[in-house]
Amino acid sequence: MKRVEVFGMGCANCTATEEMIKDRAAELGVEIEITHIYDLAKIAARGIMSTPAVIIDGTLVHKGSVPTNSDITEWLQG
Amino acid sequence: MFKIFTKLGDLVAFDLLALDPTTHMAHAIHFFVEDTVKLLFLITVLMTLVGFMRSWLSPEKVRHWLQGKPKWIAYLMAVSLGAITPFCSCSSIPLFIAFLSTGIPLGVTMAFLITSPMVNEVAAVLFGEAIGLDFTIAYVVTGMVVGMVGGFIIDLLKLDKWVEPFVFQVQVNDEGLNEEVELTIKQRLRYALNEAVNLIKQIWLYIIIGVGVGAAIHGFVPQEWFLEHAGAGNLFAVPLAVILAVPLYSNVTGTIPVAEVLIAKGLPVGTTLAFIMSTVAISLPEIMILRKVLKPQMLVFFVAYIAIAFILVGYGFNWLF
Repeated sequence: MKRVEVFGMGCANCTATEEMIKDRAAELGVEIEITHIYDLAKIAARGIMSTPAVIIDGTLVHKGSVPTNSDITEWLQG
Repeated sequence: MFKIFTKLGDLVAFDLLALDPTTHMAHAIHFFVEDTVKLLFLITVLMTLVGFMRSWLSPEKVRHWLQGKPKWIAYLMAVSLGAITPFCSCSSIPLFIAFLSTGIPLGVTMAFLITSPMVNEVAAVLFGEAIGLDFTIAYVVTGMVVGMVGGFIIDLLKLDKWVEPFVFQVQVNDEGLNEEVELTIKQRLRYALNEAVNLIKQIWLYIIIGVGVGAAIHGFVPQEWFLEHAGAGNLFAVPLAVILAVPLYSNVTGTIPVAEVLIAKGLPVGTTLAFIMSTVAISLPEIMILRKVLKPQMLVFFVAYIAIAFILVGYGFNWLF
């Protein structure tokens, strides 16, 4: 099971990112445990400077924009 | 090059809706169709282009460049960065924290934070297309100077105490996050287009409303009305413009059609600029986002400073042009 962390303060982009990942995971049948970190202090402490950002199983896979569906697919199937 | 949008306006207003070209309604509808489509198209194209170029720039690189630089260079770099960062203020905040945590001075970081939501490169291009190069330069320079001066004052008055304490206490642990992934050209274009589309999804309503307001003014306010009632001779026009803008908010691209129409109808450049920038910079959404990292005292200072700055800018440009 993949551990997905989405970082974002709560604006539309970050929410969209989380939704897209959940939807795609459901479509692909990949089990994920997804958490959304809204807290600024925590986001900054992880060294993230541009949101939305996505960390999967401890590795930063994306930052600074809403990812594309093909990106998400790649992460979930990798 | 943009004739096609005019033709589209003609098509809808005069052919499809068969409106009499001499009526106010016809003018308003024509303006609405032409400008909405043109703006949406141009913003998408420009944002893709800018996003593509910006893909080579990362906050990590900039943070690295800013560290240890002499103050004046740092201020200029900070506002330049603010001018080219995307609309979404929620990216400015993590950046703000990250910059402070690596020892970049508060003044420099605040300069970035002030300029970032105000100045946008795409808006600058579109202002240029709609109104002219003068206005564009005024817009960009105002945003950057207001940012630099603001940051400088904050530094001078040592307003660190008005920043939420947690910001300074953040321990950044970013080992392993700094590997720069090399993107292919195709990937960069894809990201840029994706970002542009996402952006349009967020701001399309502001554009529609902006064009709607512009269209209403265009069609229904007589030519030169503003010149008679709010011309450069009227000393109250500039502060009034700023005050009126406070309860208003729009994404800066939504103000482009309004600015275009106001100037066409005779509102002086300085007054228009003050109005537009106040609409964007002094707003509840903006304040709420800033509240996450700044104490209320700082927010009060911020609003007061911006208001005064724009009033001065308004008078200044009215006098210059």
